[in-house]
Amino acid sequence: MEQEILHERERKCIQENAPGCTAECPVHVDIRGMIAEIRKKSYSAGFLIFQKKVPFPGIISRICNEPCRNACKRVEIDEPVSIRALERFCLDKNTGIIQPNFLPQLKDKKIAIIGAGLSGLTAALDLAKKGYRVTIFEASDRMGGGIHDIPHSELPAEIIAKDFSVFNGLQVGFKYNATISNRSSEAFSLDRICTEYDAVYLGVGCKDVNANDFGLTLDANGKIVIDPLTLATSHPKVFAGGTLRRGSEHHSPIVSISDGRIAAISIDRLCQSASLSANREREGPYTSSLYTNITEIPAQSVTYMADPVSGFTEEEALREAGRCLLCECLECVKKCEYLAHYGSYPKRYVREIYNNLSIVMGIRHSNQMINSCSLCGLCGELCPNELDMAEVCLEARQIMVKKGKMPPSTHEFALRDMHFSNSDQFILNRHQPGYKSSKAVFFPGCQLAGSAPHYIKKIYEFLCKKIEGGVGLMLGCCGAPADWAGQEALTSTTMQSIRQNLRDLDSIRLITACPSCFRIFNHYLPDIHIEMIWTLFDQLGIPDNSGSGISPHTLAVHDSCATRYETRLHKSVRNIVIRLGHKIEELPRTREKTICCGYGGLMIFANREVAHKEINRRISESTADYVSYCAMCRDNFASRGKRVYHLLDLLFGNDIQHLADKEAPGYSQRQENRARLKRSLLREIWGETMDEMQQKIKLIIPGETRQIMEDRMILDNDIIQVIVHAESTGNKMQDTANNHFLAYHKPANVTYWVEYTPQNNGFLIHNTYCHRINIVK
Amino acid sequence: MSAEFNLQQSKILCVKCGEYLKTGSVTLEYLGNNFPVELYKCPQCGLVFIPENLATGKMQQVEKMLEDK
Ligand code: SF4
Ligand code: SF4
Ligand code: SF4
Ligand SMILES: [Zn+2]
Repeated sequence: MEQEILHERERKCIQENAPGCTAECPVHVDIRGMIAEIRKKSYSAGFLIFQKKVPFPGIISRICNEPCRNACKRVEIDEPVSIRALERFCLDKNTGIIQPNFLPQLKDKKIAIIGAGLSGLTAALDLAKKGYRVTIFEASDRMGGGIHDIPHSELPAEIIAKDFSVFNGLQVGFKYNATISNRSSEAFSLDRICTEYDAVYLGVGCKDVNANDFGLTLDANGKIVIDPLTLATSHPKVFAGGTLRRGSEHHSPIVSISDGRIAAISIDRLCQSASLSANREREGPYTSSLYTNITEIPAQSVTYMADPVSGFTEEEALREAGRCLLCECLECVKKCEYLAHYGSYPKRYVREIYNNLSIVMGIRHSNQMINSCSLCGLCGELCPNELDMAEVCLEARQIMVKKGKMPPSTHEFALRDMHFSNSDQFILNRHQPGYKSSKAVFFPGCQLAGSAPHYIKKIYEFLCKKIEGGVGLMLGCCGAPADWAGQEALTSTTMQSIRQNLRDLDSIRLITACPSCFRIFNHYLPDIHIEMIWTLFDQLGIPDNSGSGISPHTLAVHDSCATRYETRLHKSVRNIVIRLGHKIEELPRTREKTICCGYGGLMIFANREVAHKEINRRISESTADYVSYCAMCRDNFASRGKRVYHLLDLLFGNDIQHLADKEAPGYSQRQENRARLKRSLLREIWGETMDEMQQKIKLIIPGETRQIMEDRMILDNDIIQVIVHAESTGNKMQDTANNHFLAYHKPANVTYWVEYTPQNNGFLIHNTYCHRINIVK
Repeated sequence: MSAEFNLQQSKILCVKCGEYLKTGSVTLEYLGNNFPVELYKCPQCGLVFIPENLATGKMQQVEKMLEDK
């Protein structure tokens, strides 16, 4: 993954962007953070958050004109949150001691601040805290400028005095009754100040000044030209802001403070000879690009104060704080158990994955995370910026495979299963009997063949009847496991042999019964016409007499994640369910917003815990019986105890078979089902016989052992190989406590152990386990 | 490793040699890493016994650790 792609992807995830309120607040108070503290009744902590950005919290919490509220997300529902009132509540409730300023090392640079209004005072405070030698020139005889015009009831003098006490102990010089201009009559001229000081901030109000008097460049309206980003004027040492910049009609105390702060940053940069303009876009107010979903938020009117003079009571404040949405995105995380499992969100995940791929020496902690994604693509569908973790995780797996860094154990079992399906045991490629060419080819898929082999002949016969010109049959695995495992070379050879099979049958039309095959063929065989049986059934009519065996139900349709965007297919599936007499219930995550069943991306092999979380969540979305059109989805839901049909059950099944409760076949059974299917199709359709499947050895496997085998992914055949090895070489042990035999064997990469007892021409299997570590001796 | 391994002699018999397994040193290997461990083995032919809790516990952790390295 390239650096640039990483940054582009990180940028797409806007979860870390500030909420609208904070972005619009000129000094960017972390309002969401403050309100979260109020909800926890940690009012002093809330106050600290507020005070971190606001130099005069007493004043601002009473007179701020609240530009933040205009950008509050609640505006889109009802009314904005009463932010300032909550700030004041925190201040009033604050019991923390305000830490005295620690005195900084004094620098040799001298700064002049002209005007002791909120703007000038903020610049003075910020610069003094950095160690600059600051002198304030003020025309009147006190600090605060225009705030003294505010009625005492709104802004008591004690509050002002308390806020301004921050200057106590800081070495800031005050020169009162000092009017500055470049008029010759004045004792202090701006020109002289500019020669004596390293930088100047002009923070005078517009009451008693004439812009002409400073000798700075003016615009057509006679206002001083000020760069909005840096507050620089035409004089390189002079910066200007506050009410002077905006005019008294746009007076805003918090913007004055913000200007003072921006000017202080500019002056600091000037004094350090740093760039004035680099990376400053987000200093003043801006519009947030955070997305927050409000579709399920009920309206709730703003909280009124019983007594506006004393502010919110605790109860009122808590109610109002409760209205805040604590804005964030997490659209994807809320809907995906995998993303939720790792406790963070894609911006961080993308970075972690990138770092994991860059490790040369050391532990790659994110391997399992990369391999646990189901690659279902729901996040890409939900994300306002279409960030798709499936793309990120798949690419990462491909890189790991190429570098030889893919943990060997993660996908080996699934790939061995795929290998079985593409071996002589299952593979088949035939024209319809009596035909020398195929108009279309039916590819049922290995998982349907493993799970419900008995339906495949019925579908095939139906297709042969309905499609003129011959329908070929192709058995095998589509290669999806290789694709999901990031094995590009294996995927491509699998595709080549499918292509060759199609060429042999002289067809360019492929009909499949599995959504994963459908997806993979569409992706890798763009020139082949790919269809699913469901759209065909919808179009050609369903097989005669089908559907009569299952009495009408209300069924919740689980869409397959592999066919998320196949709207026509979604419609056909529903048409068929309805035509069979059932009612449909839509799940909350449905159609293009559906979720994976836990098999996709080989999730269940990489992280069973997360796959089970995903399945459990899915199956609890409705109490109705589910219907799925993917054999793996059906079996995964059934394995966690959900009543679920395959759509083929509804067509060909019967109530007395209790198909919704049918247990999913285990791994060994699936392979055997495939092998038997091939034999029975050859016999019944083409009249050919293969050697009967010889069970060399009869295994007696109790239920508990079977469960252990499934959990540890040990096949009947693995056990047989151990016993054959032990019995033929005599390399076995016996536990004299119970007389069980114990033996091990390593046919390829895994060493299998079996604990057994010979019994009636067979072997009773007590236990089995395996490991990958090799015994060297 | 678990307490039972401190016993010098096990209840496990090597069928071929008719000897009880005894603790002895065995080398295990994974992905090019070797590590010597004390396990039960046949004093005569060297057949090794790896108990279930070792295979599904400690050994699995080590496998995972080495695979992520
Ligand atoms: S949907 Fe997810 S990835 Fe997209 S912006 Fe929101 S949190 Fe980030
Ligand atoms: S709802 Fe809360 S976090 Fe969201 S914009 Fe309004 S005050 Fe800010
Ligand atoms: S499992 Fe699906 S929704 Fe979750 S991260 Fe992976 S692709 Fe996205
Ligand atoms: Zn021996």
